[in-house]
Amino acid sequence: MFAALMLVTGVAALLLAAWCGWAAHRDQPTKDWHFIGMAVVTVLALVQLVVGIVLLARGEKPEQGTTIFVAYLLGAFACVPAAGFMSLAERSKWGSVTVAAGGVVLAVLEVRLYDIWGG
Amino acid sequence: MTSGEAEVATTEDRPARLISGPGVLLVWLYGVMVVGAVSRSAYQIATDFGRAPLAYTLSAVAGVVYGFITYTLVRGGERARRAALVCCAAELVGVLVVGTWTLVEPSAFPDATVWSDYGMGYLFIPVLLPLSALYWLRGARAVTP
Repeated sequence: MFAALMLVTGVAALLLAAWCGWAAHRDQPTKDWHFIGMAVVTVLALVQLVVGIVLLARGEKPEQGTTIFVAYLLGAFACVPAAGFMSLAERSKWGSVTVAAGGVVLAVLEVRLYDIWGG
Repeated sequence: MTSGEAEVATTEDRPARLISGPGVLLVWLYGVMVVGAVSRSAYQIATDFGRAPLAYTLSAVAGVVYGFITYTLVRGGERARRAALVCCAAELVGVLVVGTWTLVEPSAFPDATVWSDYGMGYLFIPVLLPLSALYWLRGARAVTP
């Protein structure tokens, strides 16, 4: 179940990256719809953080250690909002590129998270 | 107003902004690398320093360098731009030396560093980042804020 959540979050992050990459390609800054997209991805990451902590509280052990697991959960949660705030300050296509990069970083974090959890 | 006066105003009154345009992407990626390198080395040094002291120390150094570059980019201005240029050059040298070192003599590194194999574990961002940062910082001088 947790693996499915990681998959959904990772795919959503890649979709967000493609969407914002498309906006950058068309020389556009991030718009309201993009921020709604970021909010959706952030909510998924937040759900993942909560579910992850609940699993830990129930006594399940990540394969590569609890500290790393929690650190990656927090990083995954903070990733897209941080990029979003930077794109608020930079109202050009480079703001869109930054959010696209944030989406790719989150997807990579999800892959690592999958390894750390152990499938 | 002559171009000379404009340059003085840029360098002394208003610090040149280094985080506009492509700079914002650089700050973001450097920020990610700061978090990655610092948290990784902090965890490894705290838990199992004896296993690969050289690798973990190098990761910590990389984290500090990334942190300093991020700070100079955010701060802006001509001095910060020069400091960032020097650090990016040092970072590039570090990536190339450590990357080559890990390939030539893997036995020196029982565990990976941030800069192992030219940063392959980090999508080659460690080697691409200083190159694009150097390019951006060289051009940023001519840009008026």
